[in-house]
Order: sequence, then C-alpha cells, then structure tokens
Amino acid sequence: MDFGGINPVILVASLMVAAVPIMLAALGELVVEKAGVLNLGVEGMMIVGAISGFIAAVATGSPVVGFLAGAAGGAVLSLVFAFLTQVVLANQVATGLALTMFGLGLSSLMGQGYNGIKPPLTGKVPFGPLADIPVLGPILFAHDWMVYASIALVAGVWWVLRATRLGLIIRAVGESHDAAHALGYKVNRIRLMCIAFGGAMAGLGGAYVSLVRVPQWVDGMTAGAGWIALAIVVFASWRPWRVLIGAYLFGGISVLQLSLQAGGSAIPVEYLSMSPYLVTIVVLVIMSSGRGRASLNAPAALGQNFHAAR
Amino acid sequence: MTRETLLNIRGISKSYPGVKANEDVSFSIGVGEVHALLGENGAGKSTLVKMIYGLVKPDEGSMELRGKSYAPAEPSEARGLGVAMVFQHFSLFEALNVAENVALGMENPPPMRELAARIRAVSEEYGLPLDPARMVGDLSAGERQRVEIIRCLLQDPKLLIMDEPTSVLTPQEVEILFKTLRQLSAEGTAILYISHKLEEIRALCDGATILRRGKVVGTCVPRETTAREMAELMVGATLTPPERRATAKGEVVLGVTDLSAASPIPFGTSLKNIAFTVARGEVLGIAGVAGNGQDELLLALSGELRTGADRIRINGHAAGDLGPSERRKAGLVAAPEDRYGHGAAPDMSLVENALLTGAIRRNLTRNGFIDWAATRAFADEIIQTYDVRTPGNHVAARALSGGNLQKFLIGRELDQSPQVIVINQPTWGVDAAAAAAIRQAILNRAAEGAGVVVISQDLDELLEIADNFAVLNEGRLTRPRTVEGLTIDEIGLMMGGAHGMEVAHHAEA
Repeated sequence: MDFGGINPVILVASLMVAAVPIMLAALGELVVEKAGVLNLGVEGMMIVGAISGFIAAVATGSPVVGFLAGAAGGAVLSLVFAFLTQVVLANQVATGLALTMFGLGLSSLMGQGYNGIKPPLTGKVPFGPLADIPVLGPILFAHDWMVYASIALVAGVWWVLRATRLGLIIRAVGESHDAAHALGYKVNRIRLMCIAFGGAMAGLGGAYVSLVRVPQWVDGMTAGAGWIALAIVVFASWRPWRVLIGAYLFGGISVLQLSLQAGGSAIPVEYLSMSPYLVTIVVLVIMSSGRGRASLNAPAALGQNFHAAR
Repeated sequence: MTRETLLNIRGISKSYPGVKANEDVSFSIGVGEVHALLGENGAGKSTLVKMIYGLVKPDEGSMELRGKSYAPAEPSEARGLGVAMVFQHFSLFEALNVAENVALGMENPPPMRELAARIRAVSEEYGLPLDPARMVGDLSAGERQRVEIIRCLLQDPKLLIMDEPTSVLTPQEVEILFKTLRQLSAEGTAILYISHKLEEIRALCDGATILRRGKVVGTCVPRETTAREMAELMVGATLTPPERRATAKGEVVLGVTDLSAASPIPFGTSLKNIAFTVARGEVLGIAGVAGNGQDELLLALSGELRTGADRIRINGHAAGDLGPSERRKAGLVAAPEDRYGHGAAPDMSLVENALLTGAIRRNLTRNGFIDWAATRAFADEIIQTYDVRTPGNHVAARALSGGNLQKFLIGRELDQSPQVIVINQPTWGVDAAAAAAIRQAILNRAAEGAGVVVISQDLDELLEIADNFAVLNEGRLTRPRTVEGLTIDEIGLMMGGAHGMEVAHHAEA
C-alpha cells in the first residue's frame, strides 16, 4: 500500500515522532504568551535543552535523567530572559532574539567533545500484542513514552487553562496586567513562573531531538524548530488542542519532504527542505490577514512589560 | 443619629519622590454610613483608598477597623476583612466572561456553575441584572460597573469603596446605582464614595471629607452645604464660570453626511449614518457614555480613519478621503482623548511635540528641514499662553502631569489659527481651574470664527460651552438641537435611557 514510494502508515507513525519537539516547545510558549509575554528565544532554549539533556543522558546512561536535565537547562536559560524582561524591564522582542543567539553559542560550547557519541536508547512503551494490530498498531502503540507524554501534556495544559483558578489567573495577567495588579495579583511573579515553564517545555522538546529524533549531538541541530513552534502558537490561535493539530501538520510536512527526498522525487531537494518554513510563513500571513487581533484570540497584553506605578 | 465607628483613620501620610500624596489625613466612617471623599484630581483621594485596600502601604499613621488595628499587606487581606473596592477603571478583563471576572476578585470562589447561580441571585436582589456567561468586552459601561459591584457584593463587604463610579453612567443609570447603594447602606454596609461631582454627593452621602493637596481641609454634611461651598473648599479659590460672547453664526465650515465606518479598535463601536454640520462660531457638544463611538468619531474626523470623500466636507471641499496632514492643511485640527501615546509622543520633548502637529499650519519646516528656532518659539508661546507648568520646553511630555500636558496639547491645536476644531474629552483629568481655562480658550476660538466639535462625557461641561447638543449612542448620533431649554432628563433619554435597566428595581422602593 505505497503511494510514490511512501507508506502512509509509516508516514503517520513517524510524523507523530517528528511532531513531539515542536509540540512541546509550542505548548510551553502558549502558556508564556497566555500570560502576556512574548519569548522569541524558543530556539535558543530548545538547543540548550538538547545539549543539557544529551550530556546528562550520556553521563548517567538514563534517558529519563536526560529529559529532566533538558527541561532544567531550558528553564535556567529562560530565567535569564525572565530576569531581563520582568525585573529590569528590557524589551521582550530584542531579549528573545538575543536569547536564541546566546543559546546557540552556549550549546555549541557545551557540546565540545560530544560529537559522534550515541546516547542511551529511549525505549518504546511495551503494549504487547496491541502493537501487532495492522495499521492502528504501528500508529498508536509503537512509540516511546515521550510521544504519549506530549499528548498528555497538551491535555494537561488545556485543562489547567480552561478549568482551574491558576489558569484563570494566567489568562487574566495576559489579558490586562493593570487590572490583575489592581486586584492584587503579583503580575511579574506569575509571568516569571510561566516563562520558566515555557523554558522547561522548550528544553524538553530540544532533549527529544538529541536523544530520540536524531539521536546524537550536532551543532545547531534544532534547525529552526523553535521558530516553527512560535508559528504554531499563532496558527493554533492560543488553543492547546490546535497546537497538537498544528504540530502534527508541520511534523507531517517535514516527514513528507524527507520521504519524498528518499523516494527520489523529481523536485529538487532544496525546495523540499525549505517547504516547512515556507508553509510557516504562508500560515502566518493567512492567519493575520483580514481579521483583527481580538478575533485571533491573542492575549491583549502580549509583549507589553508591566511596571507597577504607585 | 450616632453610628458605631467602622473604620477609623489617624494621621496617615504617604510620600512619593517629589510629591506628598497624603499628609496627616484623619477621618472615620460609621457602620452603614455613606461617606464622601471629595477632592480634585491629584488631591490624594486615590492614594488614600489604595492604602485602605492594601495596594499601597502608608509611611505613617494607623488605621482601625471595628476597633482592631488594621494594616492590610495586600488586597486579599483587605477583602478577607470585609473591605471591597469598585475601581474607576483597569480592573476588568475584556476577553473573559462575567463569572470569570467575578471569580478573579474573590478569595475562595465556588465552582463556576455555583458562582454563576449566585451572580444571578445577587444581581436580581440588588436590581442589577447580569448574564454570567457574557464576555465583558461586549458589555456597556454601566453593565461593566455592575460586574464590579457584584464582585464586591458576593463577598458580603462591610465597607465598599467606590472610586468615581458615575463618570461612565447615564443619568438614569446613576439613579439605579444610587438606589442600590442606599439599599446596601440600609443593610449596614458602609460606603466610601469618591467623586468630584458635588450634586451627586449631596443627593447620596451622609458625611464628607474634603482633601486638597493631600491634606484634609474640611468636613461637612453634604445635605446642608451648597455645591458652591464644597467646590470652593475643594479648589481653595473662588471659581468664575467661563464668559460667553454671543456671536452671529456664519456659514458652515464642517459638514458630515451619512458617515458610516467600521471601528478599527478591538471591541470598538462602528459609526452608523452620522450627520451634522458646524457653522463658523458654533460649538457643537457631543455627549454619550464612553465606548459609544466617541473614539471612532474622532478618528473619522481627524483623518486617521478614512471614509468616502464627500462624507466629510471642510469649508465645502470634500475631505473624507484625506489623511490627517491634508486635513490640517485644509484647516481642521483634532485633539484625541488619550494624551500619552495618541495626543503626544510621551518620550519626546515639548518642542518636538509642538512640531508634530504644528509643522503644517505654522510653517515650521523649510525645504524638509526643521526650523528649530520657530518651533521653540511656538512651544514657548503655548507654554505661556496656556499656563503650562513645566521646568522648560526641553522636558519630555511624559514628565508633565495629565492636566498640564492636556493644557499644552489643547494649546498646540488652538494656536494654529484653525477653522475647524475637534476635541475629545478636553478636560478629562484636569483640575477645575485648568478646566475653566481650557473651556475659555475653546470659547475664544469660537468667538473668533472657528467651528468647534467638543466630544465629552461631562454633561455640565457641554451645557456650559456648547450652542448645540447631540448624543452618540451605539455609534449613532442624535439630531443636534440647541442647548437652551434642554433638561437633564431629556439628555438622559437621548443617551439611551438606562439601557433596559428600569425593570430591575421592582422588589424594593
């Protein structure tokens, strides 16, 4: 059942894996933006998460420790951003861009001597005979645990934002920091925690790239995944389940272009490899044209720093 | 009637760098009393209530609530002790629904479904009907205020602080609010009512404390004091109303016909079939509750929002498709409501801000270069003529107080020998003396032959300076009519009455 050398079952199964890093990073950024902060440093936090996780996993031989270290690495880097934007009130866009460049350089430094090493294998979840069901088996029951964890995280973030008081406070802070402050909420503290969560999620996504997806350490290996994650947040109009759809869509495009390359497609390789990024731009243009910000569901205070005057 | 004391404030002081916001302020509020805190903008009312609500800590002095020492470290502690506050602005979230907004202001909100039921119950009881599932962004100003009041009532407050609650309401909505407040007071809730609207205070309050420059300058029983006496205590000077010279009205300088435009502002109001004319020497006052299309009308008249060419005519020439600079050239100047960011570039100096709109009509540029000497002279002229208190013309606009910056911005527009003047909220947040000066300057320009459109939410102001009067309601403009013989009741009905709120008060009264 192949179409032009591409097996749809394998395609779907592998796009689920390919989507995990951008889904995790986008989910973290969604929470950050819901709190009214625009952190463009996702790429930097992902790559630092990738190398931190890689180093820890190689040192301990445990992928779980690797993922935890990846999350910690991303979170620590995001705290630099949090300090600059929430404490000394630096411009969020400039700080975010700087964070990306800093992260790329830092990861390169940390990764000296880790080239060519294999990380410990992240095992598949044993579903026993379920994995042997035709079509459904390879799609649903033959993945490593991070694939399932990422979907659970989407559900978790959705539930927290929708149904809990914590989520309500996060949305309120992103909607109007002045009103939230007047009611006695600590705007900058709440934002700081959201930024750290976003950093941890980006780091987790990065660690998945270096521990599962590739799996080895290469300089600059996230290759723009952070930017795609940022685009997915807008594409998803700040809704968690749409982040999942967006990530699978973009994951699908990147897997498809790989398969097309392998299948000896007539289209030049360069066009295929630029396709995910082109789609990102097209999606952003379509999403932001015509309709106002409000209908796009964007948090009203997005990108604005808060300073409690009097 | 003597009441048990609820809140006692003794010798409170609070300083900010360069200002003493409060100095040795003392007063007390009894159980169930409606107490007014009177004062001009900048008199220190807001700082004082922020200290009572726990948002700001006093430098000196002490407070007692029901005989016990009271020093809330944050608003949640104040709320826990039964102190609730309705804010003037800044405390609702437009993209959240009513129930979520209420939940954010409560300490331990019940689950959403239960909360929605309680909102319905309490809102019926006090005659303030509200649908908990509606988005706050879609509500009228009066309904938004109800959200805030209900948020407070759900916590069973002992003291309710209200910061300028009526500035956004129609006269009929004010009546309904007062009924609710009297009902609360009868049930034993004390109300601290902040306002500078004297007639309202006379109608509602049992006692008043008057602040000027952070100090208590007097107390009175509002029912037994005239508005004039209170005003003079507040300002510390005698006030003279602006002087009007009857002028013959000339030919039409601004004509608007069938103007409709979608709002560029999120949650804004679109303009629908607006039509009016303004003649030379005429002042047209446009009233209306905030958010009924005032901002959009200013944008459409100033040229920031373009429409069909013949919808707007300046001196008989089609101007609807012209941008702001071209309209200035044609003789129309405009001053928007928002001073910081719309009317002025906050981080630029007064000289630079004078240049921004003055360049065209005052010829401040030559061959593309700025004539700094002439620009400085223009800025100095405004500062002198309009009594702008500033260390110099090099100061950033942001550094001026709201009232001073407003004087500067109004002066900048009026001193360009305009033929048509459009101003939104000319005296918002300006103290009484400065407001009188601004109104006088507007009248002087009209006397010199300019046509003036003043959009304002201050009815007294409009009645004082306007020749003709119209109301914006949900983006529609009523037919302008002469001010003479107009009653407050008629105006209220023009403003859309109480937006269907009349039915609410059936239970009591």
